[in-house]
Amino acid sequence: MISIRTGTGWGTLALAAAMSASAALAAQTSITVGMQLEPPNLDPTGGAAAAIDEVVYANVFEGLTRYRADGSVAPALARSWTISDDGLVYTFTLHDGVTFHDGTAMNADDVKFSLDRARAEDSTNAQKRLFTGIASVDVVDPLNVRITLSNPDGGFITNLAWGDAVIVAPESIGDAKTAPVGTGPFTMARWVQGDRVELARNPNYWGDPVALEKATFKFISDPTAAFAAMMAGDIDAFPVYPAPENLPQFEADPRFRVIVGSTEGETILSTNNKAETLSDIRVRQAIAHAIDRQAIIDGAMFGFGTPIGTHFAPHHPDYVDLTGGSAHDPDLARALLKEAGAENITLSLKLPPPSYARRGGEIIAAQLREVGIKSEIENLEWAQWLEQVFRGKDYDLTIVSHTEPMDIGIYANPDYYFQYDSAEFQSLMTDLKLATNPADRTRILQAAQRRIADDYVNGYLFQLARTGVANARIAGLWENAPTQANDLTGVRWTD
Amino acid sequence: MLSYIMSRLVALGLSLAFASIVIFVMIEMVPGDPAAFMLGLNAAPDTVAALRAELGLGGSPVERYLRWISGMVRGDFGISYTYQVPVAELVAARLMVSLPLAVMALLLSTLIALPVGLYAASHRGRAGDWSVMGITQLGIAIPNFWFAMILVVIFAIQLGWFSAGGFPGWEAGIAACLKALTLPALALALPQASILARVMRSAVLEVLGQDYIRTARAKGLSRRRTLTDHAFRNALIPVLTIIGLQFSFLIAGAIIIENVFFLPGLGRLVFQGITQRDLIVVESVVMLLVFAVILVNFLVDIAYGIADPRLRRR
Repeated sequence: MISIRTGTGWGTLALAAAMSASAALAAQTSITVGMQLEPPNLDPTGGAAAAIDEVVYANVFEGLTRYRADGSVAPALARSWTISDDGLVYTFTLHDGVTFHDGTAMNADDVKFSLDRARAEDSTNAQKRLFTGIASVDVVDPLNVRITLSNPDGGFITNLAWGDAVIVAPESIGDAKTAPVGTGPFTMARWVQGDRVELARNPNYWGDPVALEKATFKFISDPTAAFAAMMAGDIDAFPVYPAPENLPQFEADPRFRVIVGSTEGETILSTNNKAETLSDIRVRQAIAHAIDRQAIIDGAMFGFGTPIGTHFAPHHPDYVDLTGGSAHDPDLARALLKEAGAENITLSLKLPPPSYARRGGEIIAAQLREVGIKSEIENLEWAQWLEQVFRGKDYDLTIVSHTEPMDIGIYANPDYYFQYDSAEFQSLMTDLKLATNPADRTRILQAAQRRIADDYVNGYLFQLARTGVANARIAGLWENAPTQANDLTGVRWTD
Repeated sequence: MLSYIMSRLVALGLSLAFASIVIFVMIEMVPGDPAAFMLGLNAAPDTVAALRAELGLGGSPVERYLRWISGMVRGDFGISYTYQVPVAELVAARLMVSLPLAVMALLLSTLIALPVGLYAASHRGRAGDWSVMGITQLGIAIPNFWFAMILVVIFAIQLGWFSAGGFPGWEAGIAACLKALTLPALALALPQASILARVMRSAVLEVLGQDYIRTARAKGLSRRRTLTDHAFRNALIPVLTIIGLQFSFLIAGAIIIENVFFLPGLGRLVFQGITQRDLIVVESVVMLLVFAVILVNFLVDIAYGIADPRLRRR
């Protein structure tokens, strides 16, 4: 009697196990993606946190245009557009039959609402400057919208691809911070604050259907915990993996794939160009020659990162390699300091929390000591850094990765925390705004790169790499990060 | 008795008022503007100003303090700057993790510590006692986050019996939640159990030296009965005091373990609040914890008053 009972018990168990195994083999349609930081809210039009876009960009919200994995900009909600000859009037034709997740139709009124809201006086859009060039937005008919600029802007189509420029609806924007309603292929399912965000496939999506039925973003801030979660299989992909020192271990394991790509993050030794000794170009040049970029990449980033000689992404077609102009040369650095009468100077080096800054800062301090510059390292929290360095400009040197795409324009603002004031550079940026011809734009962008490199505005270190880990059976994850996003629209499981 | 309770109540009110001022001033002094933090590097100054107004960050410090306190009294803890949901909601959700975790850890540590302490005391000076003392010394010395990682490596990565961390949420079922909390509770319980076992041991030893124990043995009660009926119950008083202290520590102080197991608990909420300058969350949660501790002390004072009439006349 007892033996019979035990027998059925095991039989049922085995059957259940077999059933669940076959179900898993049939088609895996859910994915759990790890992220180090939790987004504070889910409204990409009301906050700068990269984590917001890393959840909702392309997945929940869409704009008129969008970034593709290779960095190019493609049509999204706008099917096509025309630009007037003077470069001032853009007329966008929208896709027909697009609805928001709450069932309301997406039309030209929503486009007008979204753009007017972003550029309004009381707008809290973190990238409001993207929209300040817009003079008016007019609804032609439900599927056509006309945007008039006050000045021609060759980068306008790219501006519209940013996460901050997504199209939202007046009916649902009030709750977007916790319950985002967009037009994307995934709808918001649940947010367990502090733990995860769950997205579900949008059955009424207007575009190509996505392979995944369910996507979960799980937030793990501790690098050791991230490692354990990957190893235990709790997380399927960690696109921006926080501990590069573990990557060789994942590389050796056939269950995982290590994805190394590039980001838009120019990591620089930002320099206060108005600080006492640093206003002398010879001192800044000396610092540039004192730095050994490869030693920093190897020591702080475990070898991941591309050296840069100016504030521009190396994978961009218009990039100029200017690393030669600031090659590692301690003797030249010492000579320049002597010439400037700046021997035995002490500079403050204020470091924000990321490991590239904290680890890189130690190495840079050692390299500066080599040429006779003492640096006082001070570790700051982000909020302190924003207050003291970014807003207060109370610093000599700091290390930060500028992660916005195509952001060389920040050098035209003399009030920016570098305090770089060059009439020549500023006029280059004015020319760039007016230039719509690709050849002209290339010429201007390259001149701009040379200008800031020749002025040794900042110490240019390296382009931040994007190092991720994923289950080897997952395909379609972005390798590079033209914008900070985890676009899941092309992601699927393979066998 | 009534005047005793009244005097305790006044003390409670004064402590709360004092604590609220200290908390507010400390948080006011922390540099960093929440609005600037939220908008990042490229925000225009007028955008930051607009957000500041939207968050209610304007006004003098005194005004903001009064607004905060009057809200608190009415049960309104404010709206989180970053999450944009009521702080009370956030705290309630986090307590759903922190409270069960603390209870589990406390149960585990008590269930381990009491028998072990009793055993060590009854085998005083012998091998059993020595090994208990050695192991508990180790339990106190080992950092609990390190122990937690060892648990993860063995039970999550090698054996695959548990997830490496995370919390499924109560709607996923009690079994799944208890399973998710098992490793963190174990990691939290080890040092607590070690301390508690030592306290238990010395408390039992002290009781065993009392006259009434000798009397009980003399009237013919067995060693075992003496231990369980007389020594154990009398030794519980200091042990209960320690358990009370450990509980409040476990609720607020589990932050490191919450990080290792990425659990959305109260400790991590405060930590996140501090780094993201979500000051309203920090203020309110810290104030809530202060209130809880003061309230427990108040209740203990009252209990003492009931137990010991001499205290009431002071």
